[in-house]
Amino acid sequence: MTLKKTVVAACCYMLLMAEAGFAGGITGRTIGVTCSACHGPEGKSNGAIPSLYGMSAKQLESALLAFKSGKRNGTIMNRIAKGYTENEIAAVAEYFANLE
Amino acid sequence: MLTLSRRRFLQSLGASGLVLLSQRRGRAIYSRRRVVVIGGGFGGATAARYIREVDPWIEVTLVEPNKTYITCPASNWILGGLRDLDSITLGYKGLVKSGVKIVRDTVTAIDPHRREVRLKGGAILSYNRLIVSPGIDFRWNAIEGYNAQATQLAPHAWKAGAQTTLLRNQLLAMRDGGTVIITSPPDPYRCPPGPYERASLIAYYLKVHKPKSKVIILDAKTAFTKQELFTAGWEALYGFGTDNSMIEWVSGPDGEVTAMDAKAKLAIAGPLEEKYRGDVLNVIPPQKAGSIVQIAGLTDKSGWCPVAPATSESTLQRGVHVIGDASIQDPMPKSAYAASSQAKVCADAVVALLNDRTPGEPSWINTCYSLLNPEYGISIAEVFEINNQGMIQVVPGSGGLSPMNGNRALEAAYAKSWYTNIVRDSFGL
Repeated sequence: MTLKKTVVAACCYMLLMAEAGFAGGITGRTIGVTCSACHGPEGKSNGAIPSLYGMSAKQLESALLAFKSGKRNGTIMNRIAKGYTENEIAAVAEYFANLE
Repeated sequence: MLTLSRRRFLQSLGASGLVLLSQRRGRAIYSRRRVVVIGGGFGGATAARYIREVDPWIEVTLVEPNKTYITCPASNWILGGLRDLDSITLGYKGLVKSGVKIVRDTVTAIDPHRREVRLKGGAILSYNRLIVSPGIDFRWNAIEGYNAQATQLAPHAWKAGAQTTLLRNQLLAMRDGGTVIITSPPDPYRCPPGPYERASLIAYYLKVHKPKSKVIILDAKTAFTKQELFTAGWEALYGFGTDNSMIEWVSGPDGEVTAMDAKAKLAIAGPLEEKYRGDVLNVIPPQKAGSIVQIAGLTDKSGWCPVAPATSESTLQRGVHVIGDASIQDPMPKSAYAASSQAKVCADAVVALLNDRTPGEPSWINTCYSLLNPEYGISIAEVFEINNQGMIQVVPGSGGLSPMNGNRALEAAYAKSWYTNIVRDSFGL
């Protein structure tokens, strides 16, 4: 492949990636609303599933990180927490902690 | 011209749902953006409610022919005698409280070019964006002899309501020592673990009240979701794998039901056309997307609706979004949880598009709990993302099944709590 072709191919690839990608990443709210089908709207739960409402960002973040690493055993939360990066966990913890 | 402060005010709203029609004589004329939602199940209700929550300037009208919605989740619990139908019958009061306008009517046509929806009652609703969440319909006569009429003798009970009651009453009337036949459909279908939860909870009812009876599942599939958890539970609770098992699973080519006779409660399966005669016959037929999307040209050859993953916008008709069971959003399953998660992503995308913003990066969860008896629960869960190719995928390393040595009683309690919470979240009840 000539240098010119390589550059063109690289540019096309970058354009494609930009097309598929999103600026700014997944927000805490986007993740937070997916939690509410189990934990209740705004994290206020009825029944056995724990409420997230009223917990501090620090509490939520450390719980989620412990589920992610396996340090803490849950029934389902280990499987869920592994779906998020540390930044996403921090963002969703902030989201719940800052609900009015 | 807009004064600077007014413009700033409108910008500060971020999501304003208003469109500037014209500016004349120093006065701006705005029109409210309109969203029509078709279908009042988990997908439609969640989308309608969340749009109003994010941007109360958008006018949302939900079209649904029924006054109430009877949930498919927890309808198997009724068959096991754990609940009654009233407890899973929901109204739309919570949506009205969110400012959603409910129109009780049936959609007869969608015109994506004029952006209009026609109703049986004669009204025409115009929209800026349309969200369609029609659920499933059945492929009648895909099993020879199984049509709408046959459901009165051999219920499907795969849309909850009168069919659920009919199947429950047949179980109550059945003799001890009778056989219940469940035919499980080919993929893809609504609620992948549903047939196996159903077999479990019917076996639970029979074990308590009619212990000489059994359940036979006829299934062309050779594997199903949460299989190792179901079979471990069946072994522990219902003698699965022994001569006295209350549940028998006939799978693969032998389990493929080709024909049935509703009156005789007879299912014919396999290359040898083996006859299975039941006292109760529950046929869960092969499925396709709800009929309105078939009429509206939103389905592909598969009978389901292809959509763009980040927005749920149809790839066949612009301005129309399809969510829930009817849409193709693999690898997400056709479940209430997935429908509600898709509805939230779609609601955000619709609000963004109506405000000339680019939709944000989506994230979804699915969780499906199944009960094997009132104190024995199992689950599957996944987190989904959009990958670099723009396709939906399970976030690598996330998701999976309940651990084999997990706490079944706690998961059963969570299953019940989940049901209450998703109903509150989706319907505002």
